Amino acid sequence: MDKKVLTVNGREVEFTDERNLLEVIRKAGVEIPTFCYHSDLSVYGACRLCLVEVEGTNGRPNAIMASCSTAPAPGMSIRTETKEIRAMRKVAVELLLANHNTECPTCVRSEDCKLRKIARQLGVEHIRYKKLKDFAPIDVSSPSLQRDPNKCVLCGDCVRVCSEVQGIGAINFANRGSNAQVVPAFGAGLGEVECVNCGQCAAVCPTGAITPKQDVDKVWAALYDPTKTVVVEIAPAVRVAVGEQFGAKPGENFAGKLVAALRIMGFKRVFDTCFSADMTIFEEATEFLDRFTKKEDLPLFTSCCPAWVKFCETYYPEMRPNLSTCRSPQGMFGSVAKKILPEQLGCKREDLVVVSIMPCTAKKFEAGLDKFKVDGVPETDIVITTSEVQRMISSLGIKLDELEPEAFDMPLGFSTGAGVIFGTSGGVMEAALRFAVEKATGKTLENVDFKMVRGMDKIKEATLETPAGEVRIAVCHGLASARALIEKIKSGEAKYDFVEVMACPGGCISGGGQPFGATDAIRKQRQAGMYVADKTAQLQKSQDNYLVDKCYQEHIGGGPGSHEAHELLHTTYENRSRAFDAVIPALRGTDPERVSVIMTVRADSDPKGGEKALKQLVDHIKASARPEGFDVDVAFAGSGEESVEVGGNAVPGFRTPAAMKKVKGLVDAAC
Amino acid sequence: MRETLDKTRATATGLAAATEVLEKNQYDPSRLIPILEQIQEKLNYLSKETITFVADALRLPPARVYGVATFYARFALNPKGKHIIRLCDGTACHVKKSRDILEKLYEKLGLSDEKRTTDDLLFTIELVSCLGACGLAPVMVVDGEVHGQSTPQFAEEVVDKIIAEEAKGGRE
Repeated sequence: MDKKVLTVNGREVEFTDERNLLEVIRKAGVEIPTFCYHSDLSVYGACRLCLVEVEGTNGRPNAIMASCSTAPAPGMSIRTETKEIRAMRKVAVELLLANHNTECPTCVRSEDCKLRKIARQLGVEHIRYKKLKDFAPIDVSSPSLQRDPNKCVLCGDCVRVCSEVQGIGAINFANRGSNAQVVPAFGAGLGEVECVNCGQCAAVCPTGAITPKQDVDKVWAALYDPTKTVVVEIAPAVRVAVGEQFGAKPGENFAGKLVAALRIMGFKRVFDTCFSADMTIFEEATEFLDRFTKKEDLPLFTSCCPAWVKFCETYYPEMRPNLSTCRSPQGMFGSVAKKILPEQLGCKREDLVVVSIMPCTAKKFEAGLDKFKVDGVPETDIVITTSEVQRMISSLGIKLDELEPEAFDMPLGFSTGAGVIFGTSGGVMEAALRFAVEKATGKTLENVDFKMVRGMDKIKEATLETPAGEVRIAVCHGLASARALIEKIKSGEAKYDFVEVMACPGGCISGGGQPFGATDAIRKQRQAGMYVADKTAQLQKSQDNYLVDKCYQEHIGGGPGSHEAHELLHTTYENRSRAFDAVIPALRGTDPERVSVIMTVRADSDPKGGEKALKQLVDHIKASARPEGFDVDVAFAGSGEESVEVGGNAVPGFRTPAAMKKVKGLVDAAC
Repeated sequence: MRETLDKTRATATGLAAATEVLEKNQYDPSRLIPILEQIQEKLNYLSKETITFVADALRLPPARVYGVATFYARFALNPKGKHIIRLCDGTACHVKKSRDILEKLYEKLGLSDEKRTTDDLLFTIELVSCLGACGLAPVMVVDGEVHGQSTPQFAEEVVDKIIAEEAKGGRE
């Protein structure tokens, strides 16, 4: 491409295909402040901080323009800083601060808040405007994220990342002018809507308006409780980012130093989630080989990413049989730890506290699910993010970078390189292939690298020749990419056998719980760090992890696929397509104990057929042995399947006489 | 039991009306605003169920439809009264003491800035910024009929008249 030239502050700058003036100016080394500009997202042009003066041509006067939404042209002459622009930027920031909750020292984002940083850069010293709004309540409905409207600058970054990168749109602008806010539909809480808890909104929020839910206090409380035995696990992607705040480059592996820091904090044992990642491969690759041989429920989707799982449950509930039934590595770790550690550490099960350090906010949601609780106690008691553990380390005054690296505790601290690369897009697939290909061929796999699944491409596809046949695989990250991929699968345009999905850009390495400010350059460095950790590990294949093997022999029924493995390491999925809580009551019984019947209809299907079916159902109940024993509700499926659930038993569809007969049978059985 | 079933029937009727509008607009998401307008015309306001239903049918996130519905003052998210009193509070009307009329109406109907519709769903008071009839200030529009140079007494009379007619079995 031809090089073109324009002038920035009197210096010539070459440019090619930059999409706007802002990128050209940043390339020239001038960091113009912005709130609403993100290179990964569409251009919004709302914050008015990126203003520049463009020199007029042909006698026209100079113009002040937003550089993010101005196309670069050869010969342009730009000044990034004038008296006027400085004043305008200052006013913009003052106006934002007027209604902002400025209790900065107490804000979890105080160290990396862009508003605070820009206010300092611009030298804002007084706020001349009066605060006009009362503080709005903070949204704490989500187990993963906290939303504080009083810190929102309405830049819309979260709105765009949620709809453009994740294809969800759980939050949006509502109301208008000075009343504008960013909220979920109907002003509901994030925990009550279709949000999948990925935390990418928090990862782009310039202020503390959306932040990962903080659970550090719970960890300290457990550590200070003498009756508790507290153990911790570290997820793969944490190790290549945790050092960033302490002078490390992104991608530098700080696992050993983190282990040392956690021991200082008082954790009794420090384990590695990569151990249970290896275990996941035992289960998932076995599951894949089984399905592939039987040609059943293909493609198999990975299930390590809880944001993806909730996405699938919400938008594609009919694809649930394709989701691997394997728990995530966190889920496996929790159940295994609670089973084997009490005896090994000499404590009671109820006194064992399992803490997990994750790059992820959705893991907080996952750990709190009822299906991962035993007697009401979560198997993973507390989940904290990378940024939370960084805060814990700082609060101790430990210089993480100066600590001598220490080794993980055994047995749950031993892992192979395959377990480590779980933290990057393509990693789970590569780890599974190392297992599956070796098992399928029956020969030792010498070259363990499957480089076609690596990298930052949003969708990666490949076909592998194996003795068992051709295996078509796909790897994607970003849920909008997952949606595109599933639509292709559903339309028959694409056929795969095995698909890996991770919700966050590049995988867990830029999860919602990682240190703020991930760019593509940082993501690549962290990914590279994961592959270095893989290469330098003693072993590269999960199946060579003899401690996982030993664990199976001693505690989990001898091997993958066993009954015990099924109990401890697998799970089930629910239909969440009714995430939109517009449930219409159709019938209310008067019995004290009633059976709940939910008819889920699609909004774009024939309403008359739906009404007819509802009438049939209601009439059947009224004529049944318990006419007052049922509550019937009608719900809407966003894009999922239609169904009728009677007391938790679901019948897909109701428009066919056969399905309706099944529904009536369930009603009779419940009488 | 009867009551909830009736409510469901009402909702179902509403959703059938919404379906009709959606069909007329070919389920085209780019026609979201006219769709909402036409549905509101039929149903008086946009309920949570209606908004969710429209969002699902158009394959849009409910938050986006909610955003559009709350952006335009024209859309109502709560049921409106049978009789709508639109009071102008533009500069001219304000100077001519439109606020006194508003206070009178609030007092008479037990309403406030936060509560604009009576519990019996008979009246809704809407405050508008300018009706473009500043020469007639203060202006009040009752069920589409413009009343210039209004006074608190006049407002009270209008309300009394409507209540009396409603008691007799409704106007028209």
